[in-house]
Amino acid sequence: MSGSVAWQPAATWLTLRRRASVLRQIRAFFQQRGVVEVETPLLLSAVAPELHQDPMVCADGYLQGSPETAMKRLLAAGCGDIYQIGRAFRCGEVGRLHNPEFTMLEWYRVGWSLEQLVQEVAALLLTILELPASVGCCGSSGQLTVWRYDEAMRRYAGVDPWQDSLPQLAEACQLPGDQQASPPTGLDRQGVLDWLMVQRVEPAMRAQGGMIFLTAFPATAAAMAEIDPGPPATARRFEVYVNGIELANGYQELRDAEQQRLRLQEINRQRRLAGKASLPIDTAFLQALQAGLPPCAGVALGVDRLLMLAMQAERIQDVMAFPVAAG
Amino acid sequence: MLTHNQLRQGSRVEIDGLPWIIVGADFVKPGKGQAFTKIRIKNLIDGRVIERTFKSSETVAKADVIDTEMQYLYSDGEFWHFMDPGSCDQVALTSVQVGDALNWLKEQEAYQVTLWKGKAIAVQAPQFVILTISQCEPGVKGDTVSGANKPAVLETGATVKVPLFVNEGERIRVDTRTGEYVERAK
Repeated sequence: MSGSVAWQPAATWLTLRRRASVLRQIRAFFQQRGVVEVETPLLLSAVAPELHQDPMVCADGYLQGSPETAMKRLLAAGCGDIYQIGRAFRCGEVGRLHNPEFTMLEWYRVGWSLEQLVQEVAALLLTILELPASVGCCGSSGQLTVWRYDEAMRRYAGVDPWQDSLPQLAEACQLPGDQQASPPTGLDRQGVLDWLMVQRVEPAMRAQGGMIFLTAFPATAAAMAEIDPGPPATARRFEVYVNGIELANGYQELRDAEQQRLRLQEINRQRRLAGKASLPIDTAFLQALQAGLPPCAGVALGVDRLLMLAMQAERIQDVMAFPVAAG
Repeated sequence: MLTHNQLRQGSRVEIDGLPWIIVGADFVKPGKGQAFTKIRIKNLIDGRVIERTFKSSETVAKADVIDTEMQYLYSDGEFWHFMDPGSCDQVALTSVQVGDALNWLKEQEAYQVTLWKGKAIAVQAPQFVILTISQCEPGVKGDTVSGANKPAVLETGATVKVPLFVNEGERIRVDTRTGEYVERAK
């Protein structure tokens, strides 16, 4: 540690000014489209638990990992289209693309399909990033590059995510003569698929470059998305990657209060199995779903990563004034 | 044990019963999925570099490795012998274990020896060493600016490039990381 420069910002002033202009561009984009900015609490007493995400605990409750439940209460109250730019917190996430505190843009479109929202995400990204028309975004055909989860897994990881057994998936992780890592032991089926996503599919996205939408996730990774019964059943969920960096995650939002309650309880059960604390479930959110969430699609986007791409920065720390010190 | 946030470049860890140094580390997480810590590690015994991934909830054992200063004694051709000046304990290393330090070994001088579970596994020379030139072409007086150089054999057997004005029998300072001449030693 060189203590001598520790007080100075990590990002250059030029980068921080670009951050300000990106925030301005986002607000202008939504103002033009009649989407209203809202603010919801950062400090929560109950949450929507996630298996692989730990909220930051403080004496008065939790710092939000996402504004999703609060924004859905607004939607159930009839607010119409809304967006929010705010800080989100995730315990222990530090790396080239992670800082435990980061800026999240989240928005909801009432009455929209997932496909409509995908088009709007692409439009927003194209107002901020200069992406070559030939790769992965509205080229002459106006087509977006969309990879179905199962196609991407078949092509780049050599597995069938719907059919293959856990031993078959584990075998696909071993490449002949591979100096690269094999997956950690004790992963479940979805865990091995996650590993293959990180080790095989994401590098392929980086190699191809441009904007790629990944869609039709396994139903086991549905989170708060509606499930398309199939068969095979898939989550009505997408993620968008630019140059291999995951930028945003969107859902056709689940509206069934009972199914949502069961999913959150199941996550708490899995958390306990994994040796983690179960978390208090946001019952006000469940009551809002009970009262009626309008059909809608919503998406959350990492603003710091967007800025990284805009500035061609190597690390998320390079676009933050004062990031948590990384290893 | 080290948690995923402590797996940083330079940390030394024990994996598969062997000691390694981390040369690169990152935290990766696909969407809402399982988080992994990805590390590139270099084997402290044979130098090979591999990649490993861990669940971010896993811990990794710290390698029982210490660096200690020891005096180089001699080589019998098969082993290179060092002594702990405090305890007078001696350790012996093979030429593979001594590695690049072989070029800079001078009897009685101090070197950093890495011990893993008490066994010597590697040697590192100080960044700068002062050694005598045992053989080189005669010096060219006054040529201190041309930048031209000539090979010189040092007392350890290593060959380094030196400026033309340097003479046989002179002592020079060498950077062991680059193997380059730095200056004439006073």
